[in-house]
Amino acid sequence: MAETLRVENLRTSFLTKWGEVTAVDDVSFSVDAGEILGIVGESGSGKTVTGFSILGLIDPPGRIKGGRILFQDEDLVGLPENRMREYRGKRIAMVFQDPMMTLNPVLRIDTQLIESVLAHDKVDRVTARQRARDALGQVGIPSPDERLASYPHQFSGGMRQRVAIAMALLHRPALIVADEPTTALDVTIQGQILFEVQKLCKESRTALIWISHDLSVVAGLADRVAVMYAGKLVEQGSVDDVLDRPMHPYTSGLIGSLPSNNIRGQPLRQIPGMTPSLLNLSAGCAFRTRCPRADAACLESPPVSVPASGREVRCAHPLVGGGS
Amino acid sequence: MTAPLIEVRNVSRLFVKPIDLAQQIANAFGAHQRPEIVHAVDDVSFAIAEGEVVGLVGESGCGKSTVGRVVAGVLDPSAGQVRFRGRDVAELGSEERRQVKLKTQMIFQDPFASLNPRMRIGMTIGEAPRHHGLVAAEELDAYVDDVMARCGLEPGFKRRYPHQFSGGQRQRISIARALAVKPEFLICDEAVAALDVSIQAQILNLFMKLRAELRLTYLFISHDLGVVEHLSDRVIVMYLGRIVEMAPTEELFRRPVHPYAQALLAEVPRISKRRSRFAPVKGEIPSPLNPPPGCHFHPRCPHALPRCRVEAPALREIAPGRWAACHLNDTP
Ligand SMILES: Nc1ncnc2c1ncn2[C@@H]1O[C@H](COP(=O)(O)OP(=O)(O)OP(=O)(O)O)[C@@H](O)[C@H]1O
Ligand SMILES: Nc1ncnc2c1ncn2[C@@H]1O[C@H](COP(=O)(O)OP(=O)(O)O)[C@@H](O)[C@H]1O
Ligand code: SF4
Ligand code: SF4
Ligand SMILES: [Mg+2]
Ligand SMILES: [Mg+2]
Repeated sequence: MAETLRVENLRTSFLTKWGEVTAVDDVSFSVDAGEILGIVGESGSGKTVTGFSILGLIDPPGRIKGGRILFQDEDLVGLPENRMREYRGKRIAMVFQDPMMTLNPVLRIDTQLIESVLAHDKVDRVTARQRARDALGQVGIPSPDERLASYPHQFSGGMRQRVAIAMALLHRPALIVADEPTTALDVTIQGQILFEVQKLCKESRTALIWISHDLSVVAGLADRVAVMYAGKLVEQGSVDDVLDRPMHPYTSGLIGSLPSNNIRGQPLRQIPGMTPSLLNLSAGCAFRTRCPRADAACLESPPVSVPASGREVRCAHPLVGGGS
Repeated sequence: MTAPLIEVRNVSRLFVKPIDLAQQIANAFGAHQRPEIVHAVDDVSFAIAEGEVVGLVGESGCGKSTVGRVVAGVLDPSAGQVRFRGRDVAELGSEERRQVKLKTQMIFQDPFASLNPRMRIGMTIGEAPRHHGLVAAEELDAYVDDVMARCGLEPGFKRRYPHQFSGGQRQRISIARALAVKPEFLICDEAVAALDVSIQAQILNLFMKLRAELRLTYLFISHDLGVVEHLSDRVIVMYLGRIVEMAPTEELFRRPVHPYAQALLAEVPRISKRRSRFAPVKGEIPSPLNPPPGCHFHPRCPHALPRCRVEAPALREIAPGRWAACHLNDTP
């Protein structure tokens, strides 16, 4: 399989007035063409910063401090902004949680889509308009011609998100990074978008990174999943391996706490404690204070083990054969 | 049979969206722009028995929060009545009405917005019981400690301010504040939606523990069907201001009757559903400003009959305890 993206030992940090925050710490993963990788984690675990790092959208006081981001074998880290801009939107696209990050409220949809085509490709307006119409059709917007002449505020949230996805598709990018694009949407609308996205990736061989805090969405959509906790990638593998046979105590605890994995009406198995602040992370495993398997070994930075190709876990005492 | 704790009878609630300045100017030049009317809640009836947990689900804007606020007495219904222990709350005297209001407490999605940022949390929790004379002044301190401990908060935190807590802890604080007035009935409006998954389970467990310890009754509003399924005895499904189905939880999840409820349950992502082939319900959720005539669901319904376009189906009991509003139930 052709590898579209390989992230190696990525470290991204922010300088705040309370000190340096390492939002993404030694993160490595890869995505193949046509593959969907889900990145899951709690609020503040570093999912968005990972996505922004790939797109070169980290601005001061943030900085990529280490690692490589190999996109089709070229390292994007340290690429000058003008070169990065050629990639962004054309070969790598991002879909944000809030579609208005992508859409301009005062421009008609057709104007925005056509401008976006023309920004990267030297085609005439008629061709550009045709491409815009095709992209809207692909994301399931009915009667695109009529819709093209509307402004973003005339669309519902779900429609706006579809337009933002259509915008991401315009140049048939090799990679799309989608950050919680359906989190704010209703389930029936989310279902429609997941359906279109899944179909598109498989048909066009686009590599997709789908960021979400919702394990259940990722379970239905992704081929592989990576779990982040406090800036680190703690576990990754195929969806079936990670969700059926989690090896990291955090993943296992998270899966165990879902209502659907508990007896109706009985207390839910819960992970005790709370998410640590990245500001005063002590050495060792950040999950230590909440982990039932923690011992003295966990005071050291836990090792990454690779039980099989593409399967990784960062833990001193990984669970074997899954179970919680 | 004793009267239910809460009974909602034919409640409707309209909101009038006043015309904006541009429309007023247009009217001055002869246009006829009228204020827009939203039927946020349209002829809704249900009852909640003492000690019962009733889940209220539906997509955003379908009227869940409005139902919650009407039941809590913070919003008056435009029509219909809310009865507490068999008595219409609109007809109670002011003292009795105050009592009923105290017995019903609401917990919201965003605890930060509902906590006073400049008040120490001990005060936040102790203020209402002191004000309403529920606890003697000399016992207040110990009482607050007790309520906090019950909600999993260290009494030592009393002198801190809300910003010094995590989201999960803040939700515990707002639960403690609600419990401090000794309510019988809690209305939780998306009370775990803003919390991280690992914290959600802790708060849901707290709700279940409090139910058992204090014999509380709940109206649990959520768009998260997994959470509602876990916690509720019965579930009400709303669509665009109306109840479309109402059933015991297990029966609803096993075999939903209403086409919308069927679609909604089919779309719920579950961790056991891998590489799903999402079979989406067609169409957008219509605007509540301009809902489709007849059955509101007809433009998206795969089974719509000609009569669905003109005639709104009534909510009827189709089997003991199972209610649905769909014309399909009329055809034998
Ligand atoms: N511009 C910034 N300045 C300072 N710190 C930042 C900045 N952006 C992100 N961070 C910090 O980096 C960490 C990771 O943030 P990130 O937005 O990637 O989390 P996330 O996993 O996407 O969370 P969520 O689920 O809430 O979107 C957090 O501690 C956050 O506060
Ligand atoms: N104070 C208000 N003024 C005007 N419209 C309102 C008000 N509160 C709610 N609405 C409208 O009523 C409908 C139902 O809202 P709500 O009860 O908040 O839905 P839900 O909680 O199910 O998302 C929506 O169309 C909403 O915009
Ligand atoms: S390294 Fe130790 S504390 Fe961290 S998850 Fe593994 S067992 Fe738990
Ligand atoms: S009444 Fe008609 S349109 Fe409405 S849900 Fe039933 S079959 Fe569908
Ligand atoms: Mg984020
Ligand atoms: Mg609401």
